[in-house]
Amino acid sequence: MAILDAGIRLSPPQAGDRGPQALVVLILCAALLLMMIIASLTVGASGTSLLQALFTWASGEQIGLREKVILFDIRAPRTLLGALVGASLAVSGAVMQGLFRNPLADPGLVGVSAGAGLGAILAIVLGGLLPAGIAAVAGMYTIPIAAFLGGWASTLLLYRIATRKGRTSVAVMLLAGIALGALTGAIAGVLVYIADDNQLRDLTFWGLGSLAGATWTKLLVAGPLMILALSTMPFLARGLDALTLGEATAWHLGIPVQRMKNIAILTVACATGASVAVSGGIGFVGIVVPHLLRLTIGPSHKFLLPISALLGAAFLLAADMVSRVIVAPSELPIGIITATIGGPFFLFVLLRSRGVLDI
Amino acid sequence: MLIATNINVSLGKTAILHGVNFEGQAGHVTAIVGPNGSGKTTLLKAMTGELPYTGSILLDQEDVKAIPAPALAARRAVLPQNAGLAFPFTVLEVVRLGLIAGLGSNDSTLPRRALEHVGLAGYEGRLYHALSGGEQQRCQLARVLVQVWEPTRDGKPSWLFLDEPVSALDIGHQLEVMEIARSFANNGGGVIAVMHDLNLTSMFADRILLMKNGRRVVQGDAQHVLTDDHLSGAYGCRVRVNVAPTQHCHVPYILPQVANLR
Ligand SMILES: Nc1ncnc2c1ncn2[C@@H]1O[C@H](COP(=O)(O)OP(=O)(O)OP(=O)(O)O)[C@@H](O)[C@H]1O
Ligand SMILES: [Mg+2]
Repeated sequence: MAILDAGIRLSPPQAGDRGPQALVVLILCAALLLMMIIASLTVGASGTSLLQALFTWASGEQIGLREKVILFDIRAPRTLLGALVGASLAVSGAVMQGLFRNPLADPGLVGVSAGAGLGAILAIVLGGLLPAGIAAVAGMYTIPIAAFLGGWASTLLLYRIATRKGRTSVAVMLLAGIALGALTGAIAGVLVYIADDNQLRDLTFWGLGSLAGATWTKLLVAGPLMILALSTMPFLARGLDALTLGEATAWHLGIPVQRMKNIAILTVACATGASVAVSGGIGFVGIVVPHLLRLTIGPSHKFLLPISALLGAAFLLAADMVSRVIVAPSELPIGIITATIGGPFFLFVLLRSRGVLDI
Repeated sequence: MLIATNINVSLGKTAILHGVNFEGQAGHVTAIVGPNGSGKTTLLKAMTGELPYTGSILLDQEDVKAIPAPALAARRAVLPQNAGLAFPFTVLEVVRLGLIAGLGSNDSTLPRRALEHVGLAGYEGRLYHALSGGEQQRCQLARVLVQVWEPTRDGKPSWLFLDEPVSALDIGHQLEVMEIARSFANNGGGVIAVMHDLNLTSMFADRILLMKNGRRVVQGDAQHVLTDDHLSGAYGCRVRVNVAPTQHCHVPYILPQVANLR
């Protein structure tokens, strides 16, 4: 018996280490993203074979002007923007869940996107009131920066309200998020009410939540903010891992917790603010992608964050393609697609974790 | 040497600790005992730099408040009384969190060796949440052990702060864990442990601090602290202390005196 016991207890040297598994998933997701990028560049309502044009161009030969325009002036910025927005949404979801130590925290659910949205609306409606000097400096960056500030303020406020002595109350977080969302919604309503016709057009266009308006300019404006946010991942990974044991223990483990939390909040605000500014509110990416990944590779942020970025980007590009194709030649707002997939998935997660999650 | 002088801690508006003095030595296991709510955890948290306090706490002649988190983490590890885990890590992943600051040894075999130490060899791939209470406690202890694996580093002692390290363990694992603490101290490290089991304390601790109502009642070696009067006074129940002679020394052991037995 004792010999048998010993045999059972001896585990293979890699037991408990999900690193190799995560590496495989990382490579798969990178490959998926590459496929989605090629598909996103070439699939759509245009008639010509863009795939062939793309390969022709890649092999260094000339392609037609029409193909060139569609590929590089329309599809390329849209694809890049879609990938960046998807990565930002997924990563800000994962970071926020790590920060709040809860798999339900998501910028869309707890009012951060609403805060960023309010920032953007403020910039559109009241941007004209800015002192000329500031307006000139901020220029086309006004809306993304305002959205970032709105997202930052609401994340900070939410964290202050929901976290006492290093413990986050999920009930308080969700309730405060609802209150915050309602409040920002009301203020946004007032702003829309006082907006003039021109501003209303801007607002409607922005509020559609679509990647359709993607241009190189938009990419130039929002891209740096999103890349900045994504670049904090390596630093945040260790801290968020430690934080799963609680704030006090994270500090005992040598993590400068206060600085780490500030960076996490700024990351969420940057990523959410920039994506809201360019694409309106796209829900559920931040909750579906990290959750799905935790089920397959475990919760270690060293892998969770970068793979979330890859999968989030691939997921949003796929959703964008569906939104372009499903009612072609017209387009569905992409938020509808992500909500159609994300809503039921979210309910499924809730059902599965009932009794496990202590809300 | 860990020297805490005149420590006062207030939580909210309530004063919890009132001018507590405490000393812990490298090479010793120093136990903190006392009834529930007497301030043991609070004192430990003050000494690990987790709670604000007035007074002075010196860890090897350095003010604890002045040591930044990463440097402190390289010198001392802390086992909290209640450790939670927000996401479903495996046992191995939890233990690896002890290496997260990358300050101690970079030896990647450490987590497995630590798990073996606490009797959890073979549990590496299990989910932490699927462990029993005692197994979770030992898993957390393994995480603490990998953080300051060497009892001394660069001629300086490492420190373990353990808040009730054996509260959920059976007698076999209690002894196993206390012997780990003992050998850490014997090799030059310092161990500060909050304890409830007075007999284990008597067997393993070089020095004992007895607390009541946020105050120090007495500190000294087992024979000095564990007396009928001290214990009956602090715990509000009648106990009798006998002494068991062993090969090395006399170990006091505590017999509760109860009116209604069986
Ligand atoms: N956050 C808090 N706010 C106010 N009072 C607190 C707080 N935490 C603890 N206390 C009080 O401080 C006192 C000391 O608590 P502490 O946790 O240090 O006790 P302890 O000696 O560790 O007890 P136990 O043996 O039960 O672990 C208790 O009376 C407790 O009620
Ligand atoms: Mg305690």
